[in-house]
Amino acid sequence: MNTKLPILEIKNLKASIEDNQILKTLNLKINKGEIHAIMGPNGSGKSTLSKVIAGHPAYTVNDGDILFSGESILTLEPEERSHLGIFLAFQYPIEIPGVSNEDFLYLSYNSKLKAEGKEEISPIEFFSVITEKLSIVDMSPTFLTRNVNEGFSGGEKKRNEIVQMLLLDSKLSILDETDSGLDIDALRIISKGIKTFMTEEKAIVLITHYQRLLDYVQPDFIHVMQNGKIIKTGTSDLAKELEQKGYEWLTVKE
Amino acid sequence: MTNQSNKTLNTNITKLVNQPYKYGFSTNVEKESFDKGLNENVIRLLSQKKEEPEFLLNFRLKAYRRWKEMECPEWAQLKFIESNYQNIIYYSAPKLRKKLNSLDEVDPEILKTFEKLGISLTEQKRLTNVAVDAVFDSVSIATTFREELAEYGVIFCSISEAVKEYPDLIEKYLGTVVPIGDNYFTALNSAVFTDGSFCYIPKGVKCPLDLSTYFRINEENSGQFERTLIIAEESSQVSYLEGCTAPQYDENQLHAAVVELIALENADIKYSTVQNWYAGDTQGKGGIYNFVTKRGLCAGKNSKISWTQVETGSSVTWKYPSCILVGENSQGEFYSVALTNNYQQTDTGTKMIHVGKNTRSRIVSKGISAGNSKNSYRGFVNVNNKAIGARNYSQCDSLLIGNSSNANTFPFIFVQNSTAKIEHEASTSKIGEEQIFYFLQRSISLEKAVELIISGFCREVFTELPLEFAAEADRLLSLKLEGSVG
Repeated sequence: MNTKLPILEIKNLKASIEDNQILKTLNLKINKGEIHAIMGPNGSGKSTLSKVIAGHPAYTVNDGDILFSGESILTLEPEERSHLGIFLAFQYPIEIPGVSNEDFLYLSYNSKLKAEGKEEISPIEFFSVITEKLSIVDMSPTFLTRNVNEGFSGGEKKRNEIVQMLLLDSKLSILDETDSGLDIDALRIISKGIKTFMTEEKAIVLITHYQRLLDYVQPDFIHVMQNGKIIKTGTSDLAKELEQKGYEWLTVKE
Repeated sequence: MTNQSNKTLNTNITKLVNQPYKYGFSTNVEKESFDKGLNENVIRLLSQKKEEPEFLLNFRLKAYRRWKEMECPEWAQLKFIESNYQNIIYYSAPKLRKKLNSLDEVDPEILKTFEKLGISLTEQKRLTNVAVDAVFDSVSIATTFREELAEYGVIFCSISEAVKEYPDLIEKYLGTVVPIGDNYFTALNSAVFTDGSFCYIPKGVKCPLDLSTYFRINEENSGQFERTLIIAEESSQVSYLEGCTAPQYDENQLHAAVVELIALENADIKYSTVQNWYAGDTQGKGGIYNFVTKRGLCAGKNSKISWTQVETGSSVTWKYPSCILVGENSQGEFYSVALTNNYQQTDTGTKMIHVGKNTRSRIVSKGISAGNSKNSYRGFVNVNNKAIGARNYSQCDSLLIGNSSNANTFPFIFVQNSTAKIEHEASTSKIGEEQIFYFLQRSISLEKAVELIISGFCREVFTELPLEFAAEADRLLSLKLEGSVG
């Protein structure tokens, strides 16, 4: 195994939306080959963190830095960050009426290839690429003809996010509550997808409320966020402890 | 959505939306035009100039007298300064050396103009499966493939020529679908129309080529009053295309056209428009006033008239291509994409008048509003008491871009018959920040994202366009909205 190389380093990050300070001096380091879980009560800033990393225009970084493979990404546009290999699976995947999933995925895939200086592929070549990815999460190719997330069930939307992650083969994947609202079967399928995808060259961040997902995909580290900061970091035992005692236990201690 | 991010998104989209108008050049040609102004003498002179038969002069004079008694309609969701009709040149034509016998005699400047617009009139470069009638200001310059079409008995020429060569057909049909006094602008058009296209498809003939007219306004102070008449005899079929552009001037120019379609038993007319008149500048200065009356009569059983329009230009558009469904089982269709930007105003839609039994109509309208523009759909579905079993389906979708644009829908439905089935669906959506962010996060650029959303939104309409035009429409919207950031 390689010596640990950091893929993401967040240093003293402060970020706000409409003058509301959400992230308050946050530090986080993620190495290649690691799976991290971020837990914490509602409103602690977990989703904000994921959006700030992805470059959502609604948020302003007030201080600190985000390094991706050693380089600051703060001035990069969201699509440039995606080109580098940062992927965000949305908590609430967006519906796009009138645009077929196939067109969307094809354009996404080719845009990434183009940004990497590779040759774009034809729709026919793409079809074999995408059907392979679909099979990993048990989705039928018929779903390609449907409009992006329109009329999808909660489980289908989340599986669609995983398909996109597999397709873009991202280096850093942040899954924002991908497990919420899933039944046991869907959770198992998605976990299988995540595990197939993970390699020593990649890193994954799981944002979740529940121990459930972590039973299927074991994280190397667990962070607890509270009030815009990481207040506790531990190994998988921490999740079990949280499940039993709730977040109160940590806050009181603080 | 936050204000700050809204600003970022809006600036980006605004950049995309404001592509320069590339047809805004004007052509310098020697021309012959009347003095500004309108009175009975001008009409007599016009009629004389065009060597028209007496019935047409009377038609014009009657229309002029009606027009003088009428007032400019104000019910539409449009605000504009009414044109000064005494300040318009009613006839402006490139100076011709008598009668044109071949294209060699056309002023090369004009040929160049059409070349520049992508319309080639010269033999070698013609579109292979489209016959073109090119109208420059007040007159038709050339009609291609006339002889080839004549072999099938299809008549395709300028309406001025038709007046001379087929006066009986003109006298029989002109003004029968759109009566001269129908509205203010039809009365004006009927009085002063200068040119336009005439198509006649004989019984049982499927027109072997798509027919097309390309309208170009060049003269700064002239109005363009064109008149188109299409007659499809029993069991005939035709697809007709229309394109329009104009140079960029600070003054508003008037375009008041009348189009009449007549479909007899089993006949099928498909009429497609890509309208890209100059829309005025980003502050709303200049641009074409586009006041158009288009109407089709499904006179015979099982006849069908289908309107497809892509409206992207003009500063003010007032246009309702309609169908009167008289024949049993006749069908009317209206597919529309209307795009407005900056200070453009569009009030467009259709009327479907069901008179015959089992008549069917379908309306699909897509409005896209950006900038400070105003985009209104206005529809009227009327089912007569004799129209047993009539059916109508209407769908009106609006897409808003940015925070200052405006979309309205005014669907009027009037049913006098309990057997009718009427369906109406409407939706309004907005290209939102979260949608765009989703695309960006998936490696897709803003430009491509908007392009994909818009083309998805318009798909149902674009698939109705003939192949040659579908590409042009896509390109046009690209230019207006999605082209590469300059």
